[in-house]
Amino acid sequence: MSVHFDYLLRLADTSLILGQRLSEWCGHGPVLEEDLALTNVALDCIGQARLLLSHAADVEGQGRDEDQLAFLRDDGRYRNLTIVELPNGDFGATVVRNLLVNAWQAQVWASLADSTDRALAAIAEKSAKETRYHVTHAADWTIRLGDGTDESHGRMQSALDRLWPYTAEFFVVDALDEAVAAAGIAPLCRTLEAAWMATVVPVFEEATLTVPGRSPFRSRGKTGVHTEHLGHLLAGMQHLQRAYPGGQW
Amino acid sequence: MRVLESVPDPEIPVVSVCGLGIIRDVAIEGDGVRVVVTPTYSGCPATEVIAASIREALVAAGAGDVHIETRLSPAWTTDWITPAARASLSAYGIVPPGERPTDGAQPIRLVARSVSCPRCGGRPTTQLSAFGATACKALYRCEVCREPFEVFKEI
Repeated sequence: MSVHFDYLLRLADTSLILGQRLSEWCGHGPVLEEDLALTNVALDCIGQARLLLSHAADVEGQGRDEDQLAFLRDDGRYRNLTIVELPNGDFGATVVRNLLVNAWQAQVWASLADSTDRALAAIAEKSAKETRYHVTHAADWTIRLGDGTDESHGRMQSALDRLWPYTAEFFVVDALDEAVAAAGIAPLCRTLEAAWMATVVPVFEEATLTVPGRSPFRSRGKTGVHTEHLGHLLAGMQHLQRAYPGGQW
Repeated sequence: MRVLESVPDPEIPVVSVCGLGIIRDVAIEGDGVRVVVTPTYSGCPATEVIAASIREALVAAGAGDVHIETRLSPAWTTDWITPAARASLSAYGIVPPGERPTDGAQPIRLVARSVSCPRCGGRPTTQLSAFGATACKALYRCEVCREPFEVFKEI
């Protein structure tokens, strides 16, 4: 498996799994408008994943396509960040995760403008516009609920405390990150941390939430080591293609 | 190009694909046509319907082979929506997009855009939802006539 292909899977799978999680809100949103909002964000994420997976399939050159990559890979072959595979929790926790991940995506898309992979740069340019809107939506709700009632504040703080340790993975550099940086495909992910913090910390402060410190905990979803939650998610997402191979609408 | 002027957007039928600004290039090649399309949103479900409608319209107009190419960069912006299409959107009850937000780092904007009601021209109006029935719109309500209406998001 090439380093280039594997890097594209990290981005594609993170968008895809977040999109799949958010789509679980369809018909379950706290109000109709937010049901629409979360599923709209899900749709954008899945659209981004489709572009990235199609490009990854081209780079791989083994004749696979976006559908085969999405529906016929087992969890050990998935390269998404761990945070996106965790169960949604309540609406507040979903919003906190969106803020953390969407703000990271915004930095990633911006950093890919000068990529030697021009197709990837084009996908990033397109995705950046969508992600900017997602960040605004998540920030808006984080502030409303964080600086809301005692109940909503407490739930938001506990969601942030629970999710925060998983954000360390965004910026941990491994051998693959070093190789894609050397090839000029993407800058080292570590370099995105300061700008990401500058986006999310002021939002949490305005929301009267306390940003936890860093702990030694490191999740490793991007290397293919996942929680038990991903297998269950894929079982639902992949069922149709596994039961009826090649089935179409 | 004249044929494409008659191909409507499947979700906002008062606007053609040309008015939307997603047709970036059209070239006649022998008896065939090559059309370059830029998608609006990555996840827009209308994208495939649009490609099929373009093909159908061109074949009906006598084109032999129709080749549709997708171009992602430069990314689509609502600035490409033509003045005529903006007027059609207004008449249809959808507030056309405002100025595109500048690229690059910027503070997160939490205050929704201020618009007038497309029905009665009244203000104030309130944003009900940052997202609407399609990826490209937000939902508002007029506080004067109390009617809900849609606003095209600028990107």
